[in-house]
Amino acid sequence: MSGDVDIDVQDVWKSFTLQGGGQLPVFEGISLTVARHEFIALVGPSGCGKSSLLNIMAGFERADRGSLTVGGRAVDAPSPKGILITQKGSVFPWISVRRNCTFVLDGMSEDDKIARARHYLELVGLMEFGRAFPYELSGGMLQRLELARALVVRPDVLYMDEPFGALDALTRLRMRQELLRIRREEPQTTVLVTHDVDEAIALADRIFVLSERPMRIKRVVPIDIAHPRSMADPRAVAIKDSILHELGALED
Amino acid sequence: MRSKLNLVAPYAVIVLLIGVWWAAVRISRSPIFPGPWDVVIGTISLAREGILFHHIAASVMRVAVGFTLAASLAIPLGVAMGSSPAIHRAINPVIQMLRPISPIAWIPLAILWFGVGNTSPIFLITLSSFFPMVVGTIAGVHSVERQYVRAAQNFGITGLKLLRQVVIPAAMAQIVTGMRIALGVAWLVVVAAEMVAINSGLGYLIIDARNAGNRYDLVVAGMVFIGAIGFGLDLLMRRLERLDEVRWRYVR
Repeated sequence: MSGDVDIDVQDVWKSFTLQGGGQLPVFEGISLTVARHEFIALVGPSGCGKSSLLNIMAGFERADRGSLTVGGRAVDAPSPKGILITQKGSVFPWISVRRNCTFVLDGMSEDDKIARARHYLELVGLMEFGRAFPYELSGGMLQRLELARALVVRPDVLYMDEPFGALDALTRLRMRQELLRIRREEPQTTVLVTHDVDEAIALADRIFVLSERPMRIKRVVPIDIAHPRSMADPRAVAIKDSILHELGALED
Repeated sequence: MRSKLNLVAPYAVIVLLIGVWWAAVRISRSPIFPGPWDVVIGTISLAREGILFHHIAASVMRVAVGFTLAASLAIPLGVAMGSSPAIHRAINPVIQMLRPISPIAWIPLAILWFGVGNTSPIFLITLSSFFPMVVGTIAGVHSVERQYVRAAQNFGITGLKLLRQVVIPAAMAQIVTGMRIALGVAWLVVVAAEMVAINSGLGYLIIDARNAGNRYDLVVAGMVFIGAIGFGLDLLMRRLERLDEVRWRYVR
């Protein structure tokens, strides 16, 4: 890792207020750092609070206490510096593919916006679909558009919450390769939330294995395997086994 | 074969109904109720004198002015009420109480306030088409998917741009539905309003034909035109469903 810290989470606490008035602790004192251009994955059981942590990092939720800085600045609201992508998809269906990319740009001439949109649509392989409408695209193409629209504002960080969760298995595999290719061309600091251990191993530089609620970081697993990674690689198999053990999904 | 039948069926029903009408008049030997042919002849004589066009234009003009006025009040108010719970709480009870009052009940007040000119029917049309559009717009704004608003927030889209380019397009399908209902109501109300204290329009044509010598052929002719124009207005409104902001809701 380079010493260049991009995301710095220090002793962050979060709890939810229940209907009856009680407090449900989600996590108590999470600390982690992410280096510039690093790709980390948060893996844990569903409902453990990993999405909450991601939402706090992206500015959509507030931590109860603790400090959180991205690029040296405290985060208190969502901003184009950190774009969140979820499996639900949020491209605007009433405007064209290209307009989705130019619409989110601000303070540029129309020509510059179009040039920037072309660049990222080309990067994700949607160049010929600029005039199409989102409802004319397949699920995988929609997630690629989601990615292009996120990258077009040149964010410091990409936050991805199960981004390929709604796709079929084959498309998911393709999207992993796409994401890696895009990262080779334009690396991004990325935080991925997933419960798919394979996906985490295929993509991440480090995997944070998380516990049930109240969530804590059980272990940090560095993945020092060169891309493209094969899931049949003995090192990948060993890492997957140990993570699944940690999560209680495999018997000893 | 089946598609041909589907094409012919609606005309066959109309022809059948006219046939029943004709037969009923023949069998009953009614001295004043007109048969289909009497209505056609009455219509031609009205059209020759230019009276028919004069009345149609008067009615359509009133609806156009009243409906436009209502839309320009109702849609902004609906957006404000839909996006601000405080405004909704303050104004919604008044709207829900005024809404069930038939526009016809307002006729005495309209005459008291605005006299017997064009203003009274325009007021009644504005009033009656206002409510369906407010209600449709509120429902539309309430149904805007959260992920679109969150994405807009993420890209730093706020204020007027958020309302005009994200909230309203996402709510547009229901706004248009409200507009369709409102125009239908406006057309119902104009005829009723014109039967009182005014001397032009299709409503006046009907009441005048009856009062000035039991010309039921002209009464029925007026009714046929009211139906045909109402149908035409709805077809016109349905063209709004082709807007990009509306179409995406109905595909797939």
